[in-house]
Amino acid sequence: MLHTVNKSPLERNTLESCMRLAKAGSAILLIEDGVYGALRGTRAADAVAARMNDFKFYVLGPDVAARGLSEAPLIDGIEVVDYGGFVDLVAEHEAQQAWL
Amino acid sequence: MMEDDDFEPEAIKRFMYVNRKAPYGTIYALESLETVLISAAFDQDVSVVFLDDGVFQLTKGQDTTGINMKNFSPTFRALEGYDVEKLYFEKESLEARGLTADDLVVEVEILSTDELREIMAAQDVVISA
Amino acid sequence: MAYQLNGQTFEADEEGYIKDISQWSRELAELIAEDENIDMTDDHWEVVNFLREYYEEYQIAPAIRVLTKAVKKTMGPEKGNSKYLYELFPYGPAKQACKIAGLPKPTGCI
Repeated sequence: MLHTVNKSPLERNTLESCMRLAKAGSAILLIEDGVYGALRGTRAADAVAARMNDFKFYVLGPDVAARGLSEAPLIDGIEVVDYGGFVDLVAEHEAQQAWL
Repeated sequence: MMEDDDFEPEAIKRFMYVNRKAPYGTIYALESLETVLISAAFDQDVSVVFLDDGVFQLTKGQDTTGINMKNFSPTFRALEGYDVEKLYFEKESLEARGLTADDLVVEVEILSTDELREIMAAQDVVISA
Repeated sequence: MAYQLNGQTFEADEEGYIKDISQWSRELAELIAEDENIDMTDDHWEVVNFLREYYEEYQIAPAIRVLTKAVKKTMGPEKGNSKYLYELFPYGPAKQACKIAGLPKPTGCI
């Protein structure tokens, strides 16, 4: 399953719920305001780092750049993908769940 | 001082705009900025506050070409020309996001929650986004 | 509406502000000015260029009060006043000059 999260984890519990309910082995792609969840050093970062062995995390590059975070440190193990990579992820997974 | 007050045609009010949303994911941040620019024509005592995810609005290095939206972070630097000079950031919000004053596009005043609470309480009008 | 120049069409809104700022050229500016009954002199260009630089830096078209103040700061008080700017652009310096400069309508103009 590919999960997408588009809300900031510093404002909503969307990412938290996603990580609580997603099965181990799932992929989680952070998009739009969800990309703040990939940042190192935030109040939400530890919760993401703690689940690195359960999930494969991705973050959408254009959304990272838009928010001025291209040079910002991301949590170790999170992979940056472009729109093509987003499409590949959708194709690789049988189903997708959008956490809004 | 009392005599001066008697001749004051219209009292200047204290307006505060409170920004709590990240840019781009929703339209709140841009609309709030436009409201500030428009209302700046009315010669009021205006302050703009950034707290919670609102502090992300002023991060340096924003490049929106990849998401096909207008980058409005440079517009915050125009506020001074509109006589909007009081920009307040909540220290606790910055810290929760691993940000410092160096990460922001304009010089701002960083206040603690306690300081901000007092300033908020003293406003005539507070507009939130 | 739209402007036609050298066989090319430039889309504009109903008030004549071009939709794609990147399409702007001096030639197109001359054409928009003609539509506004303005004969572009060096003084007009000075203001139009100033507006384009302002937009480049801040990503907005300034309100008239802000424009006047900014012009005063860089070009001096004899140009940074509304009388001078209205003589150049009688239907409103911010609106008319912005249109010629290819910028959107100034924020705060009704």
